Amino acid sequence: MTEKLIYMDYQATTPCDRRVLEAMLPYFCKDFGNPGSTSHILGERAEEAVEKARAQVANLIKATADEIVFTSGATESNNLAIQGVARSRWEKGNRIITSAIEHKCVLESCYALKKEGFDVVILPVLKNGVVDVEMLKKSINDRTILVSLMAVNNEIGVIQPLDEISAVCRERGVLFHSDAAQAVGKINIDASMADLMSVSGHKIYGPKGIGALYVRKSQQVKLSPLFFGGGQERKLRSGTLPTPLCVGLGMACEISGLEMTRESEMLTEYKNYFMGKILNGLEDAYLNGDRELRIPGCLNFSFRGIEGEGIMLGMRNVCLSSGSACTSASLEPSHVLNAISIDDELAHSSLRIGLGRFTTFEEVDYVSSKIIEIVNRLREMSPIWTKGG
Amino acid sequence: MKYSKKVMDLYANPQNVGSLDEEDVDVGTSVVGAPSCGDVIKFQIKVGKDGKIADAKFKTFGCGAAIASSALMTDWVRGKTLDQAKEIKNQEVTEYLSLPPVKAHCSVLAEKAIAKAIENYMSKRKR
Repeated sequence: MTEKLIYMDYQATTPCDRRVLEAMLPYFCKDFGNPGSTSHILGERAEEAVEKARAQVANLIKATADEIVFTSGATESNNLAIQGVARSRWEKGNRIITSAIEHKCVLESCYALKKEGFDVVILPVLKNGVVDVEMLKKSINDRTILVSLMAVNNEIGVIQPLDEISAVCRERGVLFHSDAAQAVGKINIDASMADLMSVSGHKIYGPKGIGALYVRKSQQVKLSPLFFGGGQERKLRSGTLPTPLCVGLGMACEISGLEMTRESEMLTEYKNYFMGKILNGLEDAYLNGDRELRIPGCLNFSFRGIEGEGIMLGMRNVCLSSGSACTSASLEPSHVLNAISIDDELAHSSLRIGLGRFTTFEEVDYVSSKIIEIVNRLREMSPIWTKGG
Repeated sequence: MKYSKKVMDLYANPQNVGSLDEEDVDVGTSVVGAPSCGDVIKFQIKVGKDGKIADAKFKTFGCGAAIASSALMTDWVRGKTLDQAKEIKNQEVTEYLSLPPVKAHCSVLAEKAIAKAIENYMSKRKR
């Protein structure tokens, strides 16, 4: 295939921004010191760089630098938050509340704790993909120690009502953790609405292998660590800090903060164009998730009568993803689409389109046309699709 | 999913897509799989006076492997007697297309499709 590659999978990961890479480079070979070795000048330089990065991360989510713990990514942050709270608060209670549309690392962390005897409640979501806050209120009991709900869903891009959830948790005196991997850098986030918040580097044009956990400064917010060792990161995350990665995350946060408004305007235009073209150009095409309460860079469609992987095969030069079972090793369709009551057939036919910083209008125009063309072609060979039916 | 060139070619230029007249006594039709599982194959054969399969058509809802398996099956059964067609095993399809193990079920479905179409044809002849 000689056609130009087009990347539209920005929720899976993002390319590292050149400016981020430039900022990181000096810390590999030149200023390579261990940020913990403050007895010499190379250690001091590394420490300085790491602390600057910590402040950049904090700044983006309106936190203070001493509330930021560097981790290896959002998966570790989520594990540390959930398991960390469970281990430190088990005497106070054993109920943990989360939702059916969380990332697997949140759900699997909770399932692991369930095996140890924790009482895990999985909240349903409404058909538009927004968590049912009324159900949350009803589910909190005296034994509840943690609520973990994401800020923006990674498959359908729906924004969750963090302010409402936060108010409920504060009123009931329950800790609130939010996986904000898909939200930070895309929409304005005030971390102090939560007690714990997970951040990812590679979702915001930073490097892979770095993330952060916001831990609100408060007597109530206490965590047990997952890793033991030299006691780095206020004893919450032992292990030598990867200076270049921390610097990369910091720089990625700073750039996102500066460019978020402009980027969001551009992506909103692209999203509206893409959505209009697909929904007007094809019958039986549906947008999954709320039309308004969503980040502009994520669209998720279902097309009746055909299968998602089949669409993707028709445009191998376009990188995107599907909720179809056929694209995963598990052969199960997306748990998120399932949770928003999309029937299995439509879940198999879903496509997630991720737009981002380096997306161009030409790409948006090309891919939307291509999808229409392929969907029509595949429908002609589908035994279960009839026009107008 | 990494597919072989054969799968990609069959996906891009599938032969024998379409339908035959279901009412025709010489035509056997099958529909196997379920939309909720992500794969449905509609398979049809037309048997000639000489007892050999003269024509075969398919329509498939499914992934690349399902489309390629059913397209290949329509190709392979042409000119074969019903007994010969029944002999085609899903492993041969898997091997020919170099399907990844996770996609083996698509070839199983194609094997089922031909078996059911023959069954349907035979039941029509009895009447």
